[in-house]
Amino acid sequence: MSARFAAVGQLGARTLAGVAASGDFLLLGFDTARALLRPRFPWRDALVQFDAIAVRSTPIVVITAVFTGMVLALQAAFALTRFGAKPYVGSIVGLSIVRELGPVLAALMVGGRVGAGIASELGSMAVTEQVDAIRAMGADPAQKLALPRVIATTVGLPLLTSFAIVLGVAGGMFVADLQFAIAPSFYRQTVVSSVELGDFFSGVLKTVFFGWWIGMVGAFVGLRTSGGTAGVGQATTRAVVVSSIGVLISDFFLTKLFMLVPAERVLNRVLEALR
Amino acid sequence: MNGPAIELKGLAKAFRGKPVLRGVDLAIGAGQTTVILGGSGSGKSVCMKHMIGLLRADAGEIHVLGRDVTQLSERGWVEVRRDFGMVFQSAALFDSLPVYENVAYPLREHEDWAEARIAERVAWCLAAVGLAGVEKLLPAELSGGMRKRVGVARAIALGPKIILYDEPTTGLDPANSRRIAELIQRLQRELGVTSVVVTHDLELAFGIADRVALLKDGRIAVEGPAREIRAAAPAALREFVEGEDPQPSAVAPARGDLGKEIA
Repeated sequence: MSARFAAVGQLGARTLAGVAASGDFLLLGFDTARALLRPRFPWRDALVQFDAIAVRSTPIVVITAVFTGMVLALQAAFALTRFGAKPYVGSIVGLSIVRELGPVLAALMVGGRVGAGIASELGSMAVTEQVDAIRAMGADPAQKLALPRVIATTVGLPLLTSFAIVLGVAGGMFVADLQFAIAPSFYRQTVVSSVELGDFFSGVLKTVFFGWWIGMVGAFVGLRTSGGTAGVGQATTRAVVVSSIGVLISDFFLTKLFMLVPAERVLNRVLEALR
Repeated sequence: MNGPAIELKGLAKAFRGKPVLRGVDLAIGAGQTTVILGGSGSGKSVCMKHMIGLLRADAGEIHVLGRDVTQLSERGWVEVRRDFGMVFQSAALFDSLPVYENVAYPLREHEDWAEARIAERVAWCLAAVGLAGVEKLLPAELSGGMRKRVGVARAIALGPKIILYDEPTTGLDPANSRRIAELIQRLQRELGVTSVVVTHDLELAFGIADRVALLKDGRIAVEGPAREIRAAAPAALREFVEGEDPQPSAVAPARGDLGKEIA
């Protein structure tokens, strides 16, 4: 009986800890946003992070995109042949890559590489008291450490995704031409006629959120790290798991949202508001 | 200055329900060197981290330079911390930055100085700790003793009124420990700062202290002028010297939660 009580108690404690952590996460998000508006924006750090996070993620994103496009063309042609619709490989590959696979696979690859990198770097800084040192010197870790990284991932991921989309579609074209003798010009035509600008926006706008999420999770988990080098290892793992799961879950809801409210309209609203 | 530089009244702190500080009362005299002695897990570093706002008290009051800082927000602390320099146990230098940028960090944060003036100040700080000419090296290229001294150089960059030293000799050989002790004394003499040193190194403590406070079971057990404390050798001090059981249960949760308060 008491074991059952203990289990309930533990569940309660875990729930409370989870709620507290969510609150802390929101607080860091708030602090980071506020730091963005403060003077002395850390330009140099942001550029360094953009290079480390976005530019250096290009190779894995390129490889992921090209091969995904290629295999998608193989699968699409295989399936479409049954219906005698093989020439329309371009439509399937284009829509899948632009709306879904480009954004999500880029986010998962970047989340794995960069989320782990951010968490382990900031985690090491936390366990060696470097984060405390920043605070002791009257500086703000949210501004100095989290902000440059979150900016880099939020700006970097949509750019990488756009790149991934183009390369993925090109990978499909390559296989369609060599394997199934679909002329590149026809492939391009099927892509252009079936993929609309709204599809592109719906895909890429999602990655603005994914990028923010990956950067935030990495920074949050990293800054909270405790327990020495073992703690850094756990933080790294946790950052990758939480950022990947978050990408997959939010992807569904964002996709649904963009179907209800087309991404173009959202974008237009934002542009109007900025003007 | 009249009155103590730092005053703790009934300071209490618990980590995950385990009390570490149970009501610390301590006044740190301005312009003096006060050493807080305590075994591992006694909460002496935790106590120090409250003085500079890195941890938040569960109960009690903290006054710094006559100001009540107990309820200060993180942003409010920024101004107070300008009067502080802190030397961390592991030196806590930024590994990705060369020594020069490490020492210049607080200057860039708080002053709008031209690069030439920053360079001059950095050179002065490094000379003060006997490390002129290492500006371009990375922390990884320095020995443990040198890293600690760079940490001291960074702590004095802004001309603080109070310097906090967290276990300054831990992990150093005797020669380097002596050098750090001399450095703490010299800085206190030449800069007229208030120094607070947390340590379990008795030789260091009685070598440099004006006053000694012994932290035991979450409270200050004994406090007084170093000479008197040493002469009297109260039971608590003797017990401390001869060694008591370290309390890992008190250390582990403390370390676990220190990081949590960051985010």
